[in-house]
Amino acid sequence: MTFCRFALYLAFALVIVFPTPLRAADTIKIGIAGAHSGDLASYGLPTVRATELVVKGINARGGINGRQVELLIEDDVCKPEIATNIATKLISMGARVVIGHICSGATKAALPIYRDAGVIVISPSATNADLTLNGDYPNFYRTIFADNIQARTIVDFTVRELRAKKIAVIHDKGDYGKGLAEFAKTFVEENKTVELVLYEGVTPGAVDYSAVVQKIKRSGADAVIYGGYHPEASKIVTQMRKKKMGTAFVSDDGVKDDTFIKVAGAFAEGVYATGPVDVSANSLGRSAREAHRQEYGTEPGAFFDNAYAAALVLTNALAKAGGTDAEAMAGVLHTEDVETPFGAFHFDRNGDATGTTLSMFRVENGRYVPIKQP
Amino acid sequence: MDYFIELFFSGLTRGSIYALIALGYTMVYGIIGLINFAHGEIYMIGAFTALAAATILSFFSLPLPALLFLSLAAAVIWASAYGYTIEKLAYRPLRHAPRLSPLISAIGMSIFLQNYVLLAQTPDFLPFPALIPEFAFLAPYAGVIGSSDLVILLTTAVIMALLSLFIKFTRTGKAMRATAQDRTMAMLVGISVNRVISATFVVGSALAAVGGLLIASHIGQINCFIGFIAGIKAFTAAVLGGIGSIPGAVLGGFILGLTESFATGYVSSDYEDVFAFSLLVLILIFRPAGLLGKAAPEKV
Repeated sequence: MTFCRFALYLAFALVIVFPTPLRAADTIKIGIAGAHSGDLASYGLPTVRATELVVKGINARGGINGRQVELLIEDDVCKPEIATNIATKLISMGARVVIGHICSGATKAALPIYRDAGVIVISPSATNADLTLNGDYPNFYRTIFADNIQARTIVDFTVRELRAKKIAVIHDKGDYGKGLAEFAKTFVEENKTVELVLYEGVTPGAVDYSAVVQKIKRSGADAVIYGGYHPEASKIVTQMRKKKMGTAFVSDDGVKDDTFIKVAGAFAEGVYATGPVDVSANSLGRSAREAHRQEYGTEPGAFFDNAYAAALVLTNALAKAGGTDAEAMAGVLHTEDVETPFGAFHFDRNGDATGTTLSMFRVENGRYVPIKQP
Repeated sequence: MDYFIELFFSGLTRGSIYALIALGYTMVYGIIGLINFAHGEIYMIGAFTALAAATILSFFSLPLPALLFLSLAAAVIWASAYGYTIEKLAYRPLRHAPRLSPLISAIGMSIFLQNYVLLAQTPDFLPFPALIPEFAFLAPYAGVIGSSDLVILLTTAVIMALLSLFIKFTRTGKAMRATAQDRTMAMLVGISVNRVISATFVVGSALAAVGGLLIASHIGQINCFIGFIAGIKAFTAAVLGGIGSIPGAVLGGFILGLTESFATGYVSSDYEDVFAFSLLVLILIFRPAGLLGKAAPEKV
């Protein structure tokens, strides 16, 4: 018993004294923070693998400006309170650049700590619009479309391509759906050529939505913009089509899911939804995915392409800035185009990627088919 | 005016489903004074059984009405078996325990069944085939009332009528009423109370299964959590109409469905639930036993 406890203390002591193996003195440390265990691990792990692939290639070619790159991987389980600890830990371990975090909430909690320490953060997946728009975090960048950009794409598409004059905006009252719908509402109202005829939230999981569908019909809308996830969207679309309404249905990446097509069946035909760009047309995207298959034997998961892009732009900035000086790196990130699976892009004033990582899809013959954007 | 009629029908359709489920709550409460929280899950299991049956039967290229009736039969039988078993396993051993114990047992059963279906089937949404045929004669009125709305309304009406006759005139129905009035006295006059209680669960579960099949076919999708919200709403309907009262459950279901529909149509669907539950509070303030409930004195 005493021995057991002694061994336990010893083990703890060793962990504290030697947190990581001794390493070569002069490496560049990149922090990777995100959910690597728990419910949301499937969102975080692909980012680790994408970064590992990029860094492995760089180290094999002699590193960045002769310095090897080392990854510090930390799990925040997508919880804000853990994310702040992780941020402090990464900084104390010497990370001057971080890829992550994965969830918007955790990212938001960790950002002030990184900002105060002058650490550059690039997230592959945090879409909350405020993170870049409110201007509080000049050190924050992301390689995924923000919710407001998604809403802008949806509204522009509905107005220009579908030539809708009267638009109804419906959402599911959730953080994501309502947030997106609020942006869509603002954009529709700003545009003087179209009219917002209806703005409503529906209760997720309700027995049916026929009353709200009747309301859409009476509003005379040419197009419905829906913010939310696929279960409610498929119910609304099904009931609209059953009532012989031809109203266009345009939605977000919560609906761009194959389950939506499976459930709504024939009624899904002709539904529009935005989602991440299909990178299979891009040679860099293809080779990244191929490398993942060879290295790990599986298909890459969520946000892999976005994380791969983040790792590429970050290592490029490290190389061009000649070190981890935050200001020099920011200069590179804001101005220099880097080839990524999504094509070449740099970051705008707010820290959002300038190129398009977002495209519009339409359901045709039971599949989401990308629509060419002009 | 058209708009009003459209909203009226969508409210009636929703109300019919609430009423079908509410009947199960109210019958069970009337007889053993237990709120059977697992009832919403019976509705979900009915829908799942119907889906399984319809999927298997669709290989035999049967006509649609035959498919509908066979799946309905499968759903009703399977869900009734579940109702019977739940009563035996989770409530009968607690018959003489304090009132809170069977209630907790019911909540546990509800969570168990949800997760059982989640693990045994899928956590995803599944498409549900349109088992209710599209009537050609309704095509011009598709915007106002669909075939499935009509079928749901008619089925509910027929079932209500049959249930009233059953309770009023059959031996089992009479035994149910006697047990509801006074369980000990019913036992003394030779009624097998246990069998009557089982019969109540079987009938209630069968009605929930009918509701499950109809609504799943109407909206075209199911998953393992559909029973939760439907159950809560149906329970509200039962309380609104006066829990323990069969006509009350039907009335409560329709009132709740119509309130939600008109609140959505004329105000905003954001406030759908606010209106529904404000109405509940108002009615309970003025009629604490519900609309048709009798404020029975506590039996000693």
